[in-house]
Amino acid sequence: MDQFFFAAEVLANGLMTGVMYALVALGFVLIFKASGVFNYAQGVLALFAALTLVGIQQGQIPFAHLINAAFGTSLHHFGWTVPAVLAIALTAGVMVALAFLIEKLVLQHLVGQEPIILFMATIGLAYFLEGLGDVMWGADIKTLDVGLPQGISDSIEGATAEWFGYGFFIDRLDIWATVIAALLVAALVAFAQYTKQGRAMRAVADDHQAALSVGISLRFIWVMVWSIAGFVALVAGIMWGTKSGVQFSLSLIALKALPVLMLGGFTSIPGAIVGGLIIGVGEKLFEFFIGPMVGGATENWFAYVLALIFLVFRPQGLFGERIIERV
Amino acid sequence: MLYREAGDFKTTYRDDGQTFPIRLDRWGYYVTLAVAFGIIPFVINDYWASAVFVPFLIYAIAALGLNILTGYAGQVSLGTGGFMAVGAYAVYKLMTAFPDISIVIHILLAGGITAMVGVLFGLPSLRIKGFYLAVATLAAQFFLVWLFNKVPWFYNYSASGQITAPERTILGQAVTGPASTASAKYLICLVFVFALAWIARNLTRGTLGRKWMAIRDMDIAAEIIGVNPLTAKLSAFAVSSFFIGIAGALLFAVYLGAAEVGEAFGINKSFLVLFMVIIGGLGSIFGSFAGAAFMVMMPVFLKNVLVGSLGWPTDLAAHIELMIVGALIVMFLIVEPHGLARLWSLTKEKLRLWPFPH
Repeated sequence: MDQFFFAAEVLANGLMTGVMYALVALGFVLIFKASGVFNYAQGVLALFAALTLVGIQQGQIPFAHLINAAFGTSLHHFGWTVPAVLAIALTAGVMVALAFLIEKLVLQHLVGQEPIILFMATIGLAYFLEGLGDVMWGADIKTLDVGLPQGISDSIEGATAEWFGYGFFIDRLDIWATVIAALLVAALVAFAQYTKQGRAMRAVADDHQAALSVGISLRFIWVMVWSIAGFVALVAGIMWGTKSGVQFSLSLIALKALPVLMLGGFTSIPGAIVGGLIIGVGEKLFEFFIGPMVGGATENWFAYVLALIFLVFRPQGLFGERIIERV
Repeated sequence: MLYREAGDFKTTYRDDGQTFPIRLDRWGYYVTLAVAFGIIPFVINDYWASAVFVPFLIYAIAALGLNILTGYAGQVSLGTGGFMAVGAYAVYKLMTAFPDISIVIHILLAGGITAMVGVLFGLPSLRIKGFYLAVATLAAQFFLVWLFNKVPWFYNYSASGQITAPERTILGQAVTGPASTASAKYLICLVFVFALAWIARNLTRGTLGRKWMAIRDMDIAAEIIGVNPLTAKLSAFAVSSFFIGIAGALLFAVYLGAAEVGEAFGINKSFLVLFMVIIGGLGSIFGSFAGAAFMVMMPVFLKNVLVGSLGWPTDLAAHIELMIVGALIVMFLIVEPHGLARLWSLTKEKLRLWPFPH
């Protein structure tokens, strides 16, 4: 019986991890739908957002390391700290500015190129942002604290212990993250469905040319979509950063989001959510049941192999648009 | 004046179909070969071998392999690092299990084993296309790295989990292990590069290469005109993985000497080789070499400038280098999305008209 409850606990944790994956995958889907760009830099965006947030919060001087090396000074902090809410707002501003710059400097020049070229450009962008984040704020591991509750939830443990005779260990941060991610997803879906800009975004996703011809500004939509993706990255960065510190490995969550996308289909928002949940639960359960038999750490590849097997039977993913090819 | 077809009369079909139809190109090719085989081995020192020449040659093989798959057959792969790891671990197991057999045979066998693994992971390509396939090849990358990390048989139960190349000789010269000289390492890589580039060039302009290109341009149309997608795609995976496996085997045995799979053959290696192919030029043999040269030499150059000349701390220089590499890649894609090979062919077009361009 204990084994069963233990598995249920793993399942619950998997669901929460899945929501986080879905959050990152959502950033991909938004950009892919609106601009056809497969944005590898999404994970690095999350890292960059988290680094910037910590930097602003603690009042670090940007590029201090570089300035010190070039001019022999020894700057490090402004000497003030910024409250969390203000810092988040400022970081969101930075992400919007970044989206604008990316559109202006990169995407604008690559209109009409093949998808593989655009994909490579985002890998280049990922390298650049990774370097920029480190140069701006330093490469040391930072702790991020914006006031989200952390630690094992005592009330849930107590309540479940009373009901089932087995106390579930669930991190309060995970619960908060799940709630916030769910709210964000709902807000994004509502935005896409019911606002003018959202409709314009869907029009662009449907057909660039047709959208242009009815007077929708492609550039504005692209900046907007990248800003939203930047904001989603910020939220994901806050969650993962609070959980395991702001460090390079944060950018690797992008790699976790890829199989989610494959499973759900690159073009489907519900697909990203369902795919995230399947992968989150699947990899935790696989690690729990099969992992000990094969030496553990299966989380690195399980998602990919699952998605691969899945795609052989359904090449466009769960909810992806049917791929129709004509000669 | 010099760079012309005019006056270079072809009297047989064989002459007409040669790789370098222009005389100056042909001479250039022979001179390059003469310098590479006849001069560099005698003047090369350890720094140049380990910083530039040996990695350049090895990555050129990997780039050729990926270019066959991605540039000629149109199947985007992000599993290069994993396939290189297969080559490296195959050669390690063979070297330690059969110490009496020549290492050249081991390396070729390692390529063959990688080809088989490549075909296995290439099977989904029959159903999946484009980005879905690119992400699917990541499955190969992560699974293979995990496998070599977790199954002790692959690294002979060594305590550190590393694989270390034992010393092997060719014609009395050590080519692996600490006793190997710079010129021996350089020469064995060069021989492999020369042979494989020759094979690649002749494969890609023959029947097989045309089939690949037909599949790349549009697989359904290719199928209608009688190209079997099964054999064409899987043969592309096999040949490409053979090249990449040999590159991995050489990288481990000759260049690194000791390797830990996650570090030496991680996802970054896949991207590095993909960058070489894109920057060099998709679907071009010359491009594979140009891209490999660019990506190998740029970090060396940047490091010399930033750390050597400006005296900045190495960690800062590493981050700046990352920024510059990223920015250069983006810039390159904006300025010339078809890569260095395209620039080269434009230059050649201009040269043919020079000095009277109208």
